[in-house]
Amino acid sequence: MSAASGNRRSAATPAQGRWLIRGARPLGGPPADILIDGAVITGMAASGRDGRQLAAGADVTVLDASDLIALPGLVDLHTHLREPGREDAETVASGTAAAALGGFTAVHAMANTEPAADTAGVVEQVWRLGRQAGYCDVCPVGAVTAGLHGSQLAELGAMADSAARVRVFSDDGQCVSDATLMRRALEYVKAFDGVIAQHAQEPRLTQGAQVNEGEMSARLGLAGWPAVAEEAIIARDCLLAAHVGSALHICHVSTAGSVEIIRWAKSKGWRVTAEVTPHHLLLTDELAANYDPVFKVNPPLRTAADVAALRAGLADGTIDCVATDHAPHPAESKETEWSEAAFGMTGLETALRVVHEAMVSTGLLDWSSVADRMSVRPAEIGRLSDRAAGQHDMRHGCPIAPGSPANLVLYDAEPIRHVDPAAHASRSRNSPFAGLKLPGQVIATFLRGKPTVLDGRLAS
Amino acid sequence: MAGITSSAGPAATAGAAAPDTRAGAARAGKSVLGPDEIRRALTRIGHEILERTDGAGDVVLLGIPTRGVPLARRLAERLAETEGVRVPVGSLDITLYRDDLRLRPARTLGHTEVPGSGIDGMVVVLVDDVLFSGRTVRAALDALGDIGRPRAVQLAVLVDRGHRELPIRPDYVGKNLPTAKREVVRVLLTETDGEDSVTLAQLPEEEGR
Amino acid sequence: MNRHLISAADLSLDDAVAILDTAEELARLAERPIPKLPTLRGRTVVNLFYEDSTRTRISFEAAAKRLSADVINFSAKGSSVAKGESLKDTALTLQAMGADAVVIRHGASGAPHRLARWVRGSVVNAGDGTHEHPTQALLDAFTMRRRLGRLEGLRVSIVGDILHSRVARSNVWLLRTLGAQVTLVAPPTLLPIAVDGWPCSVSYDLSSVLPGSDVVMMLRVQHERMSDAYFPSVREYRRRYGLDGDRMALLPDHAIVMHPGPMNRGMEIAAEVADSPRSTIVEQVTNGVSVRMAVLYLLLSGSRAPDESAVAGDTELVTAAELTATGAGSQVRVEVL
Repeated sequence: MSAASGNRRSAATPAQGRWLIRGARPLGGPPADILIDGAVITGMAASGRDGRQLAAGADVTVLDASDLIALPGLVDLHTHLREPGREDAETVASGTAAAALGGFTAVHAMANTEPAADTAGVVEQVWRLGRQAGYCDVCPVGAVTAGLHGSQLAELGAMADSAARVRVFSDDGQCVSDATLMRRALEYVKAFDGVIAQHAQEPRLTQGAQVNEGEMSARLGLAGWPAVAEEAIIARDCLLAAHVGSALHICHVSTAGSVEIIRWAKSKGWRVTAEVTPHHLLLTDELAANYDPVFKVNPPLRTAADVAALRAGLADGTIDCVATDHAPHPAESKETEWSEAAFGMTGLETALRVVHEAMVSTGLLDWSSVADRMSVRPAEIGRLSDRAAGQHDMRHGCPIAPGSPANLVLYDAEPIRHVDPAAHASRSRNSPFAGLKLPGQVIATFLRGKPTVLDGRLAS
Repeated sequence: MAGITSSAGPAATAGAAAPDTRAGAARAGKSVLGPDEIRRALTRIGHEILERTDGAGDVVLLGIPTRGVPLARRLAERLAETEGVRVPVGSLDITLYRDDLRLRPARTLGHTEVPGSGIDGMVVVLVDDVLFSGRTVRAALDALGDIGRPRAVQLAVLVDRGHRELPIRPDYVGKNLPTAKREVVRVLLTETDGEDSVTLAQLPEEEGR
Repeated sequence: MNRHLISAADLSLDDAVAILDTAEELARLAERPIPKLPTLRGRTVVNLFYEDSTRTRISFEAAAKRLSADVINFSAKGSSVAKGESLKDTALTLQAMGADAVVIRHGASGAPHRLARWVRGSVVNAGDGTHEHPTQALLDAFTMRRRLGRLEGLRVSIVGDILHSRVARSNVWLLRTLGAQVTLVAPPTLLPIAVDGWPCSVSYDLSSVLPGSDVVMMLRVQHERMSDAYFPSVREYRRRYGLDGDRMALLPDHAIVMHPGPMNRGMEIAAEVADSPRSTIVEQVTNGVSVRMAVLYLLLSGSRAPDESAVAGDTELVTAAELTATGAGSQVRVEVL
C-alpha cells in the first residue's frame, strides 16, 4: 500500500460527524470496519458484508483504511510545549499539531515554562490554548515546587481544582532532590489522587554534566553524568513512596540499573510507574563522538547495554509506557559548542516510528502491546481513562470498541522513509533521527471523532 | 576527523631503494648510459670542475635529493683521488621552494645538510641527475639565497634532456640527450637503486611530469 | 581526509612519523641566517584563541610566519566574541576572509569539530577544553625522540590531573601509535572512570614508577581542584605526587623530565627539577615551532583535497539497521558517518 494511493482514503467534503473507517486492523488484528458518529465509536464489525451493514443508507464519509493499523489515540505523558515563554522554540499550537501528526490525541505539557506552571492561572492558560488549537487534548503538568526552585511546595491543590484538573505534578528539568520535600509532595497529592513524576538526577553528582559518564566522556573530555545519579534518586523515591503509601512516576528512565530498581519496587507491590523515551530505546552515547549537540539530552544517551535493558523493561512491563520528552530548541541553541548547547530532542512526530523500529521490528512488542504502552497505560497514569468533563467524554486510552470516545490513529506500517525535520510541524528541528530511515507513517488521527490528521497531513 | 596523510614523493633517506611504478615501465626502455659510461662521464666532469675553478680550492658540492646526492659524493671522491683536493659535500633539498607545491598533496621533505664551512664566498656546484625544465634549479637558487651568499653558483648534471622552461643552463653535462616531452628518462644509481643505468622510455598517455 | 588536525588519535603511524621527520628538517631552519621559507606564501592562517595563551599563540604565529604565510590573530578579549558572537558566526566571518587554516584554542571540548563544519579551510586544534592538544603531543614526542633517540618501547610516565588534561589524552593516543609504553600516575579522583579501557597502565604511586621511566611528564595541577574535593590539600598532593629532588634521584641516569607549561613551581614540580639538565621544558618550546611548521606545511602546502565532509547543512544518512541490533540483550552497534 503506497502513500501515492492516498487519495482514496479521504473524501472531498466530509459529511457532518459520521465516518466509516473501512478495513483497518485494530491493534494489528483482522480487518474491521469502524463507525464513528460524532465523538463516539458507535459500531464495529469484521470487514465484509457486516461492515456494509454498519453504515447502510446513512450519510457517512468513508475512509479506506485497508492494511492500516488502528490504535487508540496515543497519549504522551511528557512533552514540552514551551508556551508561555519560549514561543521561539514551540507553541501550544505548533506542538499539538506535531503531536497529532505523531498520532497523539492527548499530551501532558511539562511545567518548566516561563513563568513556570506552578499556579492555577498558568495551567489554565495552557489548557485553554490547547482547546483553542484543537489538535489534541493538552493536560498541563503542574510544578511540584514553586518556580521549580526545589524549596517550597507549589499550590498543588489549586492546580488540581482548576479547570485544567491537574493530576500529574513534576519539576521535570530539575530534580526534587530534597528528601523531605519529596516526601511531603508524595503525601500531599494523595488527597486528590495525584502522582508525582520525578526527574531523577542527583544534582551534586551531575554538576556541569554533559554526557553519560563512561568511555565516551573520558575520550571526549566532557564532564560525565553517572548512572548512579539517576539510580540513587529512584531508589530513594521508591522507598519514600512505599513508606507514605503514595504513587510515584519516574520520568525518562535511562539506565539498566534504574530498570532493575523499578522491577524490584514493583515486585514489592509499591505504586511505582515509569516511562522511557523513544530515543533511549534506539540511540547510544557513541553518537556524541562528533560533538553534534543534536544528540545532547538529559538524561543523556547511554550505552548499548542500557538500551537493551530498557527495551526488555518496556517489553515485560517494568517500564509502563513510552513518553516522548519532546524538547524543542531553536537552532542557535543547538548550533554551538556541546557544552553551551541546550539539552533536548524533539520526538512527537517520530515516536511511533521509533517504537516500531526498536520494539516491533525486533519482535519485542506486538501492536496490541504498543497500544498498551503508548495509549492505555499513559492514560491510566495520567488519570485520563475515566474522566468526563461536562457533556464531553474526555477519556483517552480506551479500547477501540463501540461506546469508546473516537480517539484513533491509523498507521501504515509498510513504508520506510528518511526522517526529515525540515518537514516537521514542530517549530524546532533538533531531531536526533534526522536522515535516519524509519518504518511507518501516521495516515490519520481522530480526536473525539474529528480528524486532526488525514492523508498524513494536518486536516484543516 | 582525520589529520594528515604522508604523501607521494621521492624517498628521503639515502641508500634506500626507491620503488617507482614508472621504473617498471622504464626498465623496458632503451639504455642510454651504462655503468662504464656513467663512470667516465663523472670522471670527465670532475676534471672540468678542476679546470674551470682553478683547482676547486673554494668549491662546495651540493647534491639535490634524491640522486643528486650520491652523484655529488662520487664527484667529491673523484676530486680527492685525482688531485687530492678535499671538497666539502652536502645536500640541498628544494621541496620547500618548489613552484608547484599546490598542484599535488603535500610532499615529504628531503634532507638538507650544508657542510660546516658554509657557502659564503664559495663556488657552489649544484649536482643533479637530470636537467629538464630547470624549475628544480631555480628553486635551488632561491634556497641558496636564504642560506648564504656564494661567490658563484654552477650546475653539474648527469643528463641534460632539453625542454627548458626557464633561462637556466648547465656548466657541466654528462650526456646531452634530446628527448620528446612524453618520454621518461630514468636514472638508477647503485647507492639508491642497486645498479647504475640511464634509460629512456615512453610514458603511457595519462602520466606526465 | 587530510584536511584537519583535531585529535592525535586520528594520526596513523605514518602520519605521525611524517610530521616528526618534517619537523626535524625544519628545525635546521632556525640555524640559517634567513630563517624563512617561501612555502606558504599567499596562504592565510588565522589564530582563533578563545582562551588566553600567549605562548601557544606565538608559537603558531612564528611557525606560520617562517613559512611566509599571512597571520591574523583573533583573540576573544575585547572582540565581537566577547560581545557574545557565536562560534558559528565567527567561523562564517573567517570563511569570508578567506582563511586557509584556522588554529583554534577554545575552552569547550569539541569546538574544533563544530568549527570544521562551518569553514572550508583546515582546522588545527590548539587545545579544546579537556579533550585534546595534538600539536603539544607531537612536540613532546619530537622532544623525546631527539633527546633519547627513539620512541618505540620508550617508557613514559605522565603524572597529574589526567581527568582534566587534554595534553594527557593526546599524549596517550599519540605515544601508543608511536609504540611507546605509557603509565598514568594520579590520585584516583583525577583519573577518568573509563581509564581502564585506555591503552596504558595506571599507578597511584609515583615513587614506584620512576625507576622504570625513561620520560616523566609532569602536568599542571590547578589549586582550584582542591575546592571540589579532588584532593584534600596542596601539601598532600605535593607530598604524594610532586616531583622534587629526592624523587628525581630515583630516575635512571638518561631519563628526562618534561612539562607542557605553564608550571606551578612548588606544586607538581620543584624548582630544582625544573632547572636541572634533565628538564626539557625550554627546548619543548623551541621544538613547538618546528612541529607546528611541519603541521602547517603538511596541511596547507599541497593541493586542496576535494571536500568530502560536511560544510553546514549536511545530513548523514544512516539506516536504523546500522544504528541498532535486533532483539533484547544484544549489543546495540552505532555507526555515524
